[in-house]
Amino acid sequence: MIWNIASHELRRLFLSPLAWSILAVEQLILAWLFLAGLDNYLALQPRLAMMQGAPGVTQLVVTNLLGWAAIILLFAVPMLTMRLISEERRGQTLSLLLSAPVSMTEIVLGKFLGVTVFFLILVGMVGLMPLSLLAGGTIDFGTYAAGILGVALLTASFVAVGVFMSTLTVQPAIAAVSTFGALLGFWIINWTSADRSGEFSGLFGYISILSHYQSLLKGVFNSSDVIYYLLFIVTFIVLSIRRLDADRLQH
Amino acid sequence: MSDATNLIQLEHVYRYYGHTCALNDVSISVGKGEVLGLLGPNGAGKSTTMQIISGNLAPSAGQVWVNGIDLLDQPTAAKAGLGYLPDQPPLYRELSVDEYLQFCARLNRIPAAQHRTAIATAKERCGLTEVGRRLIGNLSKGYQQRVGIAQAIIHAPAVVILDEPTVGLDPLQMREIRALIRELRSEHSIILSTHILPEVQAVCDRVQIISDGKLVLNDSIEGLQLRMRASSLLVGLRRSPAIGELQQLPGVEAVEAVGDDAWRLHYRPEHNPAEQLAVEAARQDWGLYELIPERMSLEQVFVDITRSDPTEHGEGAAA
Repeated sequence: MIWNIASHELRRLFLSPLAWSILAVEQLILAWLFLAGLDNYLALQPRLAMMQGAPGVTQLVVTNLLGWAAIILLFAVPMLTMRLISEERRGQTLSLLLSAPVSMTEIVLGKFLGVTVFFLILVGMVGLMPLSLLAGGTIDFGTYAAGILGVALLTASFVAVGVFMSTLTVQPAIAAVSTFGALLGFWIINWTSADRSGEFSGLFGYISILSHYQSLLKGVFNSSDVIYYLLFIVTFIVLSIRRLDADRLQH
Repeated sequence: MSDATNLIQLEHVYRYYGHTCALNDVSISVGKGEVLGLLGPNGAGKSTTMQIISGNLAPSAGQVWVNGIDLLDQPTAAKAGLGYLPDQPPLYRELSVDEYLQFCARLNRIPAAQHRTAIATAKERCGLTEVGRRLIGNLSKGYQQRVGIAQAIIHAPAVVILDEPTVGLDPLQMREIRALIRELRSEHSIILSTHILPEVQAVCDRVQIISDGKLVLNDSIEGLQLRMRASSLLVGLRRSPAIGELQQLPGVEAVEAVGDDAWRLHYRPEHNPAEQLAVEAARQDWGLYELIPERMSLEQVFVDITRSDPTEHGEGAAA
């Protein structure tokens, strides 16, 4: 049943020009950044060749590309998650799901999964770019895999926040703005001076969605980072389910 | 307690929106193969009641059973026996009718092997066979309404809940939807909410009237028609006697002059003085040329009930 709702969501996404244009724009921008990164690497290569233990092409080009991908996803995810629940509420199609024999958990998970799969398609397309380097050399597959895993987890976390924000409101625009705000907040929360010296340094550092991503980008597969993302996703999904359930009670 | 013969049973349901009480001690039951009309002015609580039955809203207090299953304890199992059309049909405008119904079939856990027949049957019953491949957004309002009904009956639920199914339709479309509802009653129990009175007369077996969140009447259509029966006579007399003489007739409560030689006689429902009047008129040569029993329209009954103090109709609310 979760997959039914997810595939329905995915199909409706691809029926809208928005999803296609997001895929197209993202691909275009990242391809350009990939080329620029590669160009820089080629310019630096003579100097790198003389250094001992110099960073390779994976560290310089692929890590850079995935870092940019995360930033673009930060903008793209709220645009697609905003309509998940709030638009259904506004168009009064939510009652179709609510009066069908499905649980709130299935509805939320279905919607989450539908959009996550869409963005994984996008991540997959981005992930193909570095593979083109295989034509002329090799890449560090360990770092590459950790990076792709990182961006996938990051995307799923973004979507979870988006789903939750969408359950809070009837206006998709409000959902988009608050999703973006929340994501940016999680992104920059460790940019305080407290992070370096104060007593909350550990806490802010742990909450920050970016610090875990950066360590995965470096090719460091630390299970605590993966657990952080899973916890993050579960938290927001549970909150969404609770919120949707509360719809029936309040007003 | 849940009664096996009742497919839908609401017991003492209350619903508050903040401090406003939208439903006040409403009890409803719908038997097998019955069409129940839920009638009431705008804002009376019809839609709230239907949203509660369909599981879209939780009641503040009270209990709901669908097919003997408690809706609040086992929502998923209970909802399997329900089809619900809200006052705005829940349609995805970017899908075609077939795609939409396919999704509804999956959503209602119809086994994949039966999808094709379920969709075909629902389309056929709602007259959608021709438009299966068209986008819902491009259909006319009447057709969209039909898609909404098709969605509600696709899984052959025991109970179909239709919230104002004919609102906003032109008279021809209204007739078609009513014909469809009449057709559905052979296989489903139906709860229908409306504020259009002739619709109730046309399709329902039983009527419950809600006013200000309270159930003020629970009656069969025959009972309602009985209420519509006259309590006044229009009498035309060429040589009218004194008003006092008319008042003397047994059962007459009040006499009212309508024109020079016409009178309206109000009487107690159990004492129709028509026969007596005719006898007197012939005996005393009043020149009776007209004797018309006045029927109350359904509108009048409705206005009468929804305006008056509900305690007068307490027997309805307690049912």
